[in-house]
Parts: sequence; C-alpha cells; structure tokens
Amino acid sequence: MGAHKLLFSELKLWTSGRGGWIARLHKGIGACGKASLSSCSPKVCIVGSGPAGFYTAQHLIKARQDVEVDIYERLPVPFGLVRFGVAPDHPEVKNVINTFTQTAKHSRCSFYGNVNVGKNVSITELQQAYHAVVLSYGAEGNRSMGVPGEDLAGVYSAKDFVGWYNGLPSCRELSPDLSCETAVILGQGNVALDVARILLSPIDILKKTDITQPALEALAESQVRRVLIVGRRGPIQIACTIKELREMVNLPDTRPDMVAADFDAVKEALKDLPRPRKRLTELMLKTALEVPGEKEQERRSKASRTWGFRFFRSPVEVLAEPSHSRIAGIRLAINKLEGSGEGAHAVLTGEVEDVSCGLVVSSIGYKSLPIDPSVPFDSRKAIVPNTMGRVKQAAGLYCSGWLKTGPTGVIATTMNNSFDTARSLVEDMDSGTLDVSAAKPGSQSISALLEKRGVKPVTFSDWEKIDNVEMKRGESSGKPREKLLTVEEMLHVAWT
Amino acid sequence: MALVTTLRRLVQNSLREYSRKASAVTWPTGQRSFTVGTQPLRSDNKVTVNFINRDGEKITVKGSPGDSLLDVVINEDLDFDGFGACEGTLACSTCHLIFDEEMYKKLGPITDEEMDMLDLAYGLTDTSRLGCQICLTKSLEGMVARVPESVADIRQTKDGSS
Repeated sequence: MGAHKLLFSELKLWTSGRGGWIARLHKGIGACGKASLSSCSPKVCIVGSGPAGFYTAQHLIKARQDVEVDIYERLPVPFGLVRFGVAPDHPEVKNVINTFTQTAKHSRCSFYGNVNVGKNVSITELQQAYHAVVLSYGAEGNRSMGVPGEDLAGVYSAKDFVGWYNGLPSCRELSPDLSCETAVILGQGNVALDVARILLSPIDILKKTDITQPALEALAESQVRRVLIVGRRGPIQIACTIKELREMVNLPDTRPDMVAADFDAVKEALKDLPRPRKRLTELMLKTALEVPGEKEQERRSKASRTWGFRFFRSPVEVLAEPSHSRIAGIRLAINKLEGSGEGAHAVLTGEVEDVSCGLVVSSIGYKSLPIDPSVPFDSRKAIVPNTMGRVKQAAGLYCSGWLKTGPTGVIATTMNNSFDTARSLVEDMDSGTLDVSAAKPGSQSISALLEKRGVKPVTFSDWEKIDNVEMKRGESSGKPREKLLTVEEMLHVAWT
Repeated sequence: MALVTTLRRLVQNSLREYSRKASAVTWPTGQRSFTVGTQPLRSDNKVTVNFINRDGEKITVKGSPGDSLLDVVINEDLDFDGFGACEGTLACSTCHLIFDEEMYKKLGPITDEEMDMLDLAYGLTDTSRLGCQICLTKSLEGMVARVPESVADIRQTKDGSS
C-alpha cells in the first residue's frame, strides 16, 4: 500500500521534470543497477536465449512498460538453435537475430550468458529473486532409436551432427567418419533433409557459409556419394516440407534415386489432399516417376552423388563389422501402412532388409531434459506440463518454446508459442494472480550469488565482441563468420 | 501527413517500432529496398493501402509504387505481432495476407518459392499471398489486405501441450 502511494506521488512529480523525479525516486527508494521506473517494477527471468526466450522477452517488454526482463543462457553466446540448428546454407532464416538483438539492447532487458541454470543457480533461487521465471531452454537431448548397435562408431544423432557442423562447443569432437560411400539417415523431417543436403552439397557452396572450418574440411574429404533418407511410413506421411524437398531436387551434381513401387497408390490419393500436402506429394511423384527431359537427363547422368527416400522402413539393428568396432550396415524392418493420411501408422510385416552403409544419422526428434528437480516434468512427452504456458502446480513458473509443446515447428511456430506464454504472464500480472506488488531484487541478488560461486556472466556487449571477432575472421575466407568453437575461446574474447 | 506520422512515432513507444527500424537497415542487399523516414513529397505518386488487423480494425496508409506490402507495414510502423520475421527473404510465412478475389487476381503471378512458404501459413486460403512479395503499383490503389490470425506455421505436429 505504501509503495502504491509513493508511486502515485512520483507520477504527479513527473510533470515537474523527469530529471527531478528520477532523483527523488532514487533517493527515496534506492536505485538498483539500472534506472527502474518504479521500485515495484515486475521482474521476469527467462531461462534460455533462443527464439523462445527472446520472443517471450520481446512480447513482455512491449505489453507492459514496467516489466524488466533478464535472460539467462548457459553458453557465452545467445540465440540457441538459430545459431546452432539452422543450416549454414539458410542464412535468411537467421535474420530473426536482428530483432533479438534489438530486444537484448532494450533498456529493460539484460542478457546474462555463461550461467548454467540448474548448476550455478537453482530455479528456486531464481523464483525468490524474480516475480516470474519463464523456462525456455528448449530440447538439448534427442530421442534414441532404441536398437542394438546404436552406440557403434559411425552412428550419430542428427542433433550432434548438426551441432558439429554448426559449431556447438559440446559437439566439437564428434569427428564423424565420412570415408564411406553410403550414409543412411533415419527420419524424413526437415532436419533429416538438412543433414542430407550438407552431406551432398558441393564444397563451393558450403565454403561461403558460416559452416565451421573443421566441418568444411571434413566434408571436402568426404567419400559419401549416396544418401538414403528413411521413413517408417509412406510418401504421404513424409514430415519434411516442400522448400527443403525442392532444394534436394535442385542440388547441383546430384540425382534422385527413388523406388517407384513406394509410390503405388499415391497418385490416386492426390486429389483429396489439401494444397500444401498435394504440392509436396506432386513434387515427390514427379521426382520419383517422371521421365526427365533431355537437359535434366544429361544433368543427372553427369551427377556424381545420389540421394533418395526409402519408405516403409524402421531400424531394428545397426550391424557391426566383424571386428565389432564400427558399423557395416543397418537392418531395416519392412512395414505396411494401416489407415491413411496423417493418421496412418506403420505395422511390421516381419520382413527385414539389410543396407550396407558406413554412416547412420538418426534424425527422429530432439528431446527436452529436466533442468531442476523442483520443476514438474512429463517424461513421457518430454515437456514441462503446462496450460497455455503456465506450468502446472507451480505458481510463478512459465514455459515457452519447445519445452512447452515438444520439439517440432519452425521459428515462426516458436514465436507464436512464446507470444502466447507472454500473454498468459501479462494476464496474470494484470489480474493480480501473479503478485507483483512487492519489490523483488532480480539480477541484483542473482549477480551477487553468482559472484560468490565464482561464476562470471557474459553481457550482451561481451557477446558483441565475440560476434565482431567471428565476422572479422570470416571476412578473410569469404564467409559471413568463422565461429569460435570452444567456450574457452568465447570467454577469452568476451573478457579481454 | 508527415506530422501525423511523427506524432504516431512519438506516442507509440513500442519495441516493435524500434526493432523494425533498426533491423530494416540490415536487410541483405539485393533484396527489396525501402525508404526509411523521408518519402517523396509528391502525394500523387502514392498508393493507398488498407489493412484489416487481427482485431478487425481498418488501417489506411500510403505506400510508394515498388514498395512491397511488408515495406509498407514497416515504414508505417503498423503493429502486427510477429509480421515479417525473416525480413522479406521467403524464409517464413509470417507476412501472410488475405485479399478478396478481385484484388487477388490483380496481384500478378506467384512463384513456386512464394507458394512453398505460403503453403505453411496458418489459415491458408485461395486468395492468400505473402506481403513481402506483393509490390505496389497504381492499379492496386485502394487495395484491402487482411492480416489473418497467426497461430502456428503448419510445420508443427498436432501433439502440443496439454
């Protein structure tokens, strides 16, 4: 009550000159770090600085003029999968970094990198310091195939393979062996197609992207000439989208290699499909079945690399070489479909098929992991249980992004998802469901805690130093940036 | 007109405005260029565009021939949540706009690349287009473009949160 009266009298004083008002405010209440409009400004903490974190922050800052948002990130560098997931040859998708940068530089937003929530500071401590905590740390794990031989050398999750070519520090040592002729990718979503495309793209294209130098060098030496992209179900159930398929069809120096029989019964189903699915299926049919014109015929005959979909196949075992040290192939169960359309499911027929290969990439989904025992976690769905972004049975705790809905969707999906969570949070603040009347210390107390624990956060300006070094390094090789590959290097640049 | 725009800018202390203005200047070269700030003073060169926002409100603004509808949204600081995330590079579907049949026919041909991204837009209709690909001409004077609801790009499976 006293705070409200003070606020009102401060508002009246505002007309007598903003400078004077701020001085009285600071004198009366005591400034904490940045100039707060009021000591009772709601303070929100966001865990994770990928699209979910930034879009949630953006919406909060816009919706209420008094909210202050602090974004915590485990790595020294922000932006999550925009930096580490989006393929190097899709730079336009990374344009969202510009809007995130503006958010980070807003006076009511602060970025704290190099802080491991769950290890350096607990969720409980964050909840004590902030009025609300939003969990937006995404999905750093991956679904496993659950088949024997999965741990053999030569088998990788797409999450790790993508992390490797995108410079995720924890994937630096992956060193995938690309000395084999055939690579098999399990899964047919856009990530699977990204992996296929990076494996088969001409080096001249890749060398102008922000792909890491070690990955570029490894791919330049790669012997991989054939990539099979394998799915449990049929062409109509394929999870990738048309833009990515078109990129494969048009990939220089490659030709498609499909099994015509996989497409029986697809043509008849076409007419009932909604336009997006229909166009995608038509492109697949055309690529698989149509006899190409002379020019395309010639282009294909000259191609040195092939790619193709294989349908109705599920992995049952990764086969080892006699020495049992590395992979020799993969055993696939043959399925048939029951039902049709989106709901069709794969049923084993009992038959199997062995495919020789030296590289297997499992691209069957990312997976969120629990961050802190105090946070509810649904291990079956691998999400934090919530209703419209409000974590169930946990007042003051919210979630956005893949942690909220599961690891599917593109940046725009995550954007809408995050806006929804922000809306729930603002609603709760406005209605009083979330009590923001009592002042909370926010980053003041957390910074003190971190200092005591020997943890030094990386600020956004520190990140900009890293950003500039990377861009400068890229200049000399004609790349948009040359990413720093270790946390040590990043911290060194940040703090020098 | 310039005064109204200036006043609007002062009043609208929105992050989005700042974000748009700042991000706009980093658009890749070779893509659609647009003007920031000063517009040509000859008002007879302008094209009137009407947007119907997600609350059903009609917003009338002017753009220059050659501007894309995304350029207009940015230049006029129109506050459509999440609009134009990829900054006009055909890498998302967030500038999705819906037109009436007659206007749709006047909009000119659509490329495969635009359709590929448009296919992912929520609430896709037969008269939908991506705003970043529609360029203003005098013949589009008075056009009406509706900003549809922006729930999920369809590249998301149905198993969402509870």
